[in-house]
Amino acid sequence: MAPRKQSGSTSRKTTRGSTATKSGLEGGITDFSKDQELDSYREMLLIRRFEEKAGQLYGMGFIGGFCHLYIGQEAVVVGMQMALKPGDEVITGYRDHGHMLATGMEARGVMAELTGRRGGYSKGKGGSMHMFSKEKHFYGGHGIVGAQVSLGTGLAFANRYRENDNVSLTYFGDGAANQGQVYESFNMAALWKLPVVYIIENNRYAMGTSTARASAQADFSLRGKSFGIPGYQVDGMDVRAVHAAGMEAVEHCRSGKGPLILEMLTYRYRGHSMSDPAKYRSKDEVQKMRSERDPIEQVKARILEKKYASEDELKQVDKKIRDIVADSADFAQSDPEPDVSELYTDILL
Amino acid sequence: MSGSTTRMTMIEAIRTAHDLAMERDDKVVVFGEDVGYFGGVFRCTAGLQKKYGSHRCFDAPINESGIVGAAIGMSTYGLKPVVEIQFADYVYPAYDQIVSEAARMRHRSGGQFTCPMVIRMPTGGGIFGGQTHSQSPEALFTHVSGLKVVVPSSPYDAKGLLLSAIDDPDPVIFLEPKRLYNGPFDGHHDRPVTPWKNHPLGEVPDGYETIPLGKAAIRREGSEVTILAYGTMVYVAEAAAKETGIDAEIIDLRTLLPLDIEAITESVKKTGRCVVIHEATRTSGFGAELSATVQEACFYHLEAPVLRVTGWDTPYPHAQEWAYFPGPDRVGRALREVMED
Ligand SMILES: Cc1ncc(C[n+]2csc(CCOP(=O)(O)OP(=O)(O)O)c2C)c(N)n1
Ligand SMILES: [Mg+2]
Repeated sequence: MAPRKQSGSTSRKTTRGSTATKSGLEGGITDFSKDQELDSYREMLLIRRFEEKAGQLYGMGFIGGFCHLYIGQEAVVVGMQMALKPGDEVITGYRDHGHMLATGMEARGVMAELTGRRGGYSKGKGGSMHMFSKEKHFYGGHGIVGAQVSLGTGLAFANRYRENDNVSLTYFGDGAANQGQVYESFNMAALWKLPVVYIIENNRYAMGTSTARASAQADFSLRGKSFGIPGYQVDGMDVRAVHAAGMEAVEHCRSGKGPLILEMLTYRYRGHSMSDPAKYRSKDEVQKMRSERDPIEQVKARILEKKYASEDELKQVDKKIRDIVADSADFAQSDPEPDVSELYTDILL
Repeated sequence: MSGSTTRMTMIEAIRTAHDLAMERDDKVVVFGEDVGYFGGVFRCTAGLQKKYGSHRCFDAPINESGIVGAAIGMSTYGLKPVVEIQFADYVYPAYDQIVSEAARMRHRSGGQFTCPMVIRMPTGGGIFGGQTHSQSPEALFTHVSGLKVVVPSSPYDAKGLLLSAIDDPDPVIFLEPKRLYNGPFDGHHDRPVTPWKNHPLGEVPDGYETIPLGKAAIRREGSEVTILAYGTMVYVAEAAAKETGIDAEIIDLRTLLPLDIEAITESVKKTGRCVVIHEATRTSGFGAELSATVQEACFYHLEAPVLRVTGWDTPYPHAQEWAYFPGPDRVGRALREVMED
């Protein structure tokens, strides 16, 4: 990838009507192959249906405490995952169910962690915000806003140290981007040329506070500028745009050029967590996003238009996904709770 | 004083205290994450921005260190910032500012500067919050000399103590047991909680009435054993006393620093027995301090070792919350045990 200028400082970059000369990082979109369209459709739909089910189980009282749904943001994690190779690490905050499913973690294990059961990824100890999978190189699931950014930087350091060619994908939100440790991390990553892609999922809100009310510079792609970290805004509702930017970003890191920032312009449809009625924004705003920019509907429309699959075939896909999700929900309700003796395991004595 | 009162929740009591303090003194400014426009995730600051303007009640970015650090600067100048840390579990990024700056300003400036500020934060478990939304970090603050540490257990106390805290010339850590926001939860998670409107301590004086820092309250008079508690555990202690039939004297410390040693020793000298309880983990918890204080001051009056009932020495779990939470059964067992000696 040739060195490029950073994205504009004033306006949100629109990827609509992009031309073939633009790179992924500059908002270019490469058409997906049939397989890519169908794969991304399936992956995004799995996350959507999983989250809908989690919301239901929460409403029924099977999931306690905190539960942050990823609905609306599916294209971000699916597009990025499609740009990875096995071994690349993923780390994120507490809105993590989608990231886990995208890395290939089992729906059963994730759902059972939500309900606090033995078969959950953290044996019921972590809950919605705290899950991990060594096998899938998923490093959590972190409840403290911004903490994972330094951890992801450390993963990148380990990659460089081991010369293993892996890249650390470090996700965080627009709100998290204001934590001081983010900038400590940026400096270290740039100083030591670490292979880390910082993915800022800008869904316009941090709980009830919009970016305008909390950020002096709400173009988050610029946040690495003083460290010389290139940053780009990406249409996070279009999985192809995410994928194209992801491919270049990961390549940039792998080739030893140091960190890179991708600001994903995205949106969460639901409240911050299950207990948030989201009164701080209008229903129209949400509705407009849903009806005009939905990441899954975009792919679906293309699949049908290009006749990659028929309505009926997509219904079959949907049914398979519903089966996976229903199975995970059954498991999450029937699997026993951890034994009380588990209170005193995985600790220091 | 008019003497009139209003029934309210702890959330409303906290909001009212902010309101009165802001009305009285324009040096009081209130900020934190989601505090201004949204009114706080627990609604403790709802309506303040509308009433006093966004220069006095406002949102801060998610940067606890910056929030507390800025508040320290404001307070050394003479403002009286009241900041909210959304959950006590999020205070750690600000811990350096609290310990190295706020707590030491008075001492290292030879008394020229103090930090008249309040750092409020919801604390404690019982809401299925898991390890990042349930902690009780009070001992991390009591261990630092230079801070005052307050834990109210009712709407009545929350209002009076918060007013005192805001008016105090030094930094006050104000820990609000979130499980008590809407009612006196006694650890019986399978039973409905009485709302504050049906509890005598839900009746709060309307005016500017303060409760002094450093004064404990006796919640139940008794002769057989003294229970030292604060926050949610006050009601757990009440339930345990009732269920065991042991005539316990329950002391609600209300302020951990300064500690009301007089009230403690007076009671323990009378009963000769003492059980210390808290939700926080056991090792180096505030209970250790209480236990040591009691044996130093009341050794010759004690008829049994001082017992502690606390959270286990583990992170707060997601599953098995009620096996972790020191409920009335565990407190009751300690009461029986201490009576055996
Ligand atoms: C250190 C810390 N401060 C505050 C919180 C409370 N909190 C949890 S999520 C959140 C908003 C974060 O917003 P953003 O980073 O934009 O992520 P999003 O929820 O939009 O995915 C806040 C304030 C926390 N968990 N940790
Ligand atoms: Mg956000």
